[in-house]
Amino acid sequence: MQSQPTYNYKVVRQFAVMTVVWGIVGMLVGVIIAAQLIWPELNAVEWLGYGRLRPLHTNAVIFAFGGCALFATSYYSAQRTCHTPLFAPALAAFTFWGWQAVIVLAAVTLPLGYTSGKEYAELEWPIDILITVVWVSYAIVFFGTLVKRKTSHIYVSNWFFGGYILTVAILHLVNSAASPVSFWPMKSYSAYAGVQDAMVQWWYGHNAVGFFLTAGFLGIMYYFVPKQAGRPIYSYRLSVVHFWALIFTYMWAGPHHLHYTALPDWTQSLGMIFSLILLAPSWGGMINGIMTLSGAWHKLRDDPILKFLITSLSFYGMSTFEGPMMSIKTVNALSHYTDWTIGHVHSGALGWVAMVSIGAIYYLIPRLFGKAEMYSVRLINTHFWIATIGIVLYIAAMWIAGVMQGLMWRDFNVDGTLKYSFIESVKATYPFYTIRLLGGVLFLAGMLLMAYNVWKTMASGKAVDALVLAPAAQHA
Amino acid sequence: MDVNDLRAAVTLLTFLVFISIVWWAFSTKRKQSFDEVALLPFTDDEPVDSAYQGASHGNTERKAS
Repeated sequence: MQSQPTYNYKVVRQFAVMTVVWGIVGMLVGVIIAAQLIWPELNAVEWLGYGRLRPLHTNAVIFAFGGCALFATSYYSAQRTCHTPLFAPALAAFTFWGWQAVIVLAAVTLPLGYTSGKEYAELEWPIDILITVVWVSYAIVFFGTLVKRKTSHIYVSNWFFGGYILTVAILHLVNSAASPVSFWPMKSYSAYAGVQDAMVQWWYGHNAVGFFLTAGFLGIMYYFVPKQAGRPIYSYRLSVVHFWALIFTYMWAGPHHLHYTALPDWTQSLGMIFSLILLAPSWGGMINGIMTLSGAWHKLRDDPILKFLITSLSFYGMSTFEGPMMSIKTVNALSHYTDWTIGHVHSGALGWVAMVSIGAIYYLIPRLFGKAEMYSVRLINTHFWIATIGIVLYIAAMWIAGVMQGLMWRDFNVDGTLKYSFIESVKATYPFYTIRLLGGVLFLAGMLLMAYNVWKTMASGKAVDALVLAPAAQHA
Repeated sequence: MDVNDLRAAVTLLTFLVFISIVWWAFSTKRKQSFDEVALLPFTDDEPVDSAYQGASHGNTERKAS
């Protein structure tokens, strides 16, 4: 037994722990900027003002928290479904340290005011190059592992992870194309201008949602939901259609971010139509995940990890219904530029992305540290309820605020003048900003509980690398 | 030929490719192979390390069936 190779769990452990750490950091920054919107006096220091912290918040939660969760889960499930340790372990270690370096650089340069001004792609060109190097290494490790697999099939979660890795590489390269002007201070000019720049940006932006925040986390869903539920995915053929439908459709949805702008009308309509079509594969995937529990619903009652995973799918269903609806031009005329958009984003980000990640990390931590389960299962349950209440407060507040703002902005007097000034809508939003802050604080508190639980589990366990499955046991 | 003809052709072609994938996925010939691959996450769930003894992996009931 001693000579048998083990899976590479070290890099999984590193990413899993950093998921919790960066989750807390990113959500704390979110809580701070939510408070700044209520109390503008909190914008006291230049480099901690709302304008600089907001991109730090989005980068930290998407790429630091979400990114670490994706690295951890994709490395873990790829090894275990391919029955082979990771390809190029040194390169895998590099992806960890390289990715952490990107995050630290972001946390330093964004508050200093270095930004290329592209949403979700604010980091300046030297950091963009580092991201590219790390991402190519990630692709080599991941696809190398698939190539040297001992199984004949490639399990569906690996298809989703593979699609996300490949597409994010293309998105990053195209959208971040720029002419550098100087290394320090960091400055570059985008390769695109005018409406083309806007279109490339939102082609990137929406596909970051589609492939980073959706396909990647669906990879988590397709491995961890069946594992935690103890039964195979409801319909494997549906998962194949789900995968290809997302691949063929998502690429076209970006223009819905640019309704009623200088973008040609036909492009806007195209973006709207493809966004509406997206409802079908999204709900197909959600149903596939939830129905995996069919016949074992009782497991939801006493397994808080499963609660996280299944609730994340419910939020996925909600936000993928809301998204297509908001992409309809007439609905968008009301919702765009209001806090409704913020509510929609957080329904997806907290409800879907964060909850599926949290569930997967709770699944991983005991297995990575040689324990049967987390230090406290009751605390997981507490975390679940605090987080759920936090999300509901957050998105309900933003829905009301958003619809109210939209209605106020389009309200006319009989003589054709605007009924409300902008500042009146800001004033009317204050109560909802306060409810939103409360929701955010609750969600952050849940993450702190998780950190404590993870810490106690790690302290009483020791790092364990599971043995790679012997080929003969495959048909057990 | 106008470049837009090419664009229309590519759109049509990708649509046909997608329809073929759906048809392929739902063909009865694939069923057995899909059933097999759906179980892939569960093939490696033996207690592979002494530290895993007693760990609840959740899929025992499935295996028994």
